[in-house]
Amino acid sequence: MTTKELQKIANEVRKDILTETHAAKSGHPGGSLSAAEIFTYLYFEEMNIDPANPEDPDRDRFVLSKGHTAPGLYGVLAEKGYFPKEALVTLRHIGSFLQGHPAMQDTPGVDMSSGSLGQGLSAACGMAMAAIFQNRSYRTYCLLGDGEIQEGQVWEAAMFAGARKLDNLVAIVDNNDLQIDGRIGDVCSPYPIAAKFDAFGFYTIEVKDGNDFDQLRSAFEEARKLKGKPTAIICKTVKGKGVSFMEDQAGWHGKAPNDEQYAQAMAELERAVD
Amino acid sequence: MADEIKIATRESYGKTITELGREHDDIIVLDADLAEATKTAVFKKEFPERHIDCGIAEANMMGIAAGLATAGMSPFASTFAMFASGRAFEQIRNSIGYPHLNVKICASHAGITVGEDGATHQCNEDIALMRTIPGMLVVNPSDDIEAKAATRALYDYKGPAYMRLGRFAVPVINTNDDYRFELGKGIKLREGKDLTIIATGLEVSQSLIAADILKENGIDAAVINIHTIKPLDKEIVINAAKDTGRIVTVEEHSVIGGLGSAVSDVICENCPVPVHKIGMQDRYGESGPAAALLEKFGLDGKGIAKNILEWM
Repeated sequence: MTTKELQKIANEVRKDILTETHAAKSGHPGGSLSAAEIFTYLYFEEMNIDPANPEDPDRDRFVLSKGHTAPGLYGVLAEKGYFPKEALVTLRHIGSFLQGHPAMQDTPGVDMSSGSLGQGLSAACGMAMAAIFQNRSYRTYCLLGDGEIQEGQVWEAAMFAGARKLDNLVAIVDNNDLQIDGRIGDVCSPYPIAAKFDAFGFYTIEVKDGNDFDQLRSAFEEARKLKGKPTAIICKTVKGKGVSFMEDQAGWHGKAPNDEQYAQAMAELERAVD
Repeated sequence: MADEIKIATRESYGKTITELGREHDDIIVLDADLAEATKTAVFKKEFPERHIDCGIAEANMMGIAAGLATAGMSPFASTFAMFASGRAFEQIRNSIGYPHLNVKICASHAGITVGEDGATHQCNEDIALMRTIPGMLVVNPSDDIEAKAATRALYDYKGPAYMRLGRFAVPVINTNDDYRFELGKGIKLREGKDLTIIATGLEVSQSLIAADILKENGIDAAVINIHTIKPLDKEIVINAAKDTGRIVTVEEHSVIGGLGSAVSDVICENCPVPVHKIGMQDRYGESGPAAALLEKFGLDGKGIAKNILEWM
């Protein structure tokens, strides 16, 4: 897929995120928007998946460890055809198959339930181990938040992945630099992130602009070639990316746009396509 | 009973999971640096490629087990009850329970009979914690024969389950030819008309001793073995309440949230009769030999009988 085509899909995913959270009157747009390119690249370029066969045992796996950014995952799953886009407005509503945080029992295409921070990389390690036991060639991708990596379990899992040399596992860190209480460096700094993963036995790739498809492409293509160790791709991104008043604002971590803000944001994204 | 064979249920588990490993290549056993103690070292020796030692990281171990289960493997995760149900409670709830994944958590060293290690390692809360998780099966076998049968039944059952195992060697009691293990079904071991003792785990054999002592004191006590605490066999509990009008529960666990609470729930809702709960009375254990601790906390046969006589 061309960069231009990917950008168009990412823009649709952004609109989906706003439509979902606006309809839900709650949810997490900031960290969903920062990862819109990552979601899009994974589902439209990187992963071996088929929306018509979401249970294929040979499919690549994705674990959204930063589960609160479910609006971004649901958006890309809908764009890919796992379920109709019309369903997105039911996010967080009573009886919806789109729960506030990803639920694998409810939503086609969701490979692992998540939402309680710090747990996803462990499950991803289990999936990567299963590929080895079953002699399957699928790869497992896990998206973590940069605030999330303050959780100790992430490093238990990183130590395990490094010790077991799980080269079928890719951890991606959405480094938008913000968490609820402020800058991650001010709250309780997890920096330097790449050096930590390196020390735990990972190859590390730093992406200067994780909202740029060309840079993501080069990082993921490089990761495919790396053997003998798991890979961590640390993507510098902008929280709230694509919506002027949400960009780099911690306040938009877990707040939905009101009607007026939604209209303005959608207008901005409409203009962004060409 | 003095010359009876005694075996710790962790031993039974280690043997049976190894046998199952020969029969089913989807079984993966996980440990957190305690394979020698949980007795899965037997499995590890025979199937090193299917044993995952996660190191001292129980939370991660539960997540790895969850990930394995999503791909159709049958993981059995083992550590001490304290670190499984306590340390990793939230991982079990959210990564295993919520997605209803086929993970078996087989936790040894439950209760005060851990012995000398003392209160930090004596988990008297695991049954309470695990039974609050929706869809979680909770099993607590009473002896070697039952632990072996339960391990096999757990493999056949597809869904999240917690099995409580002990460090302390306990009498083998289920030696009768017609013994049959069925998940969710209690077993009446002794008929009686004055009261029913409902016990679980190693307290089943102690309750049989207690019933003998009560008999000498003119009290005819029935004894029921509840190996599956969740789902609880409501029918056997309700019938016991109707038949004898008095219930005593006995567990090597806190009286808060364990077997006593589960039985009380059923009795309150269906046929209220007096229930007396014997167990750890909202307190920590302490260091000492396992048998001495059972005696100290009134959880041996004599202590149970004395307690019941005072209550009646």
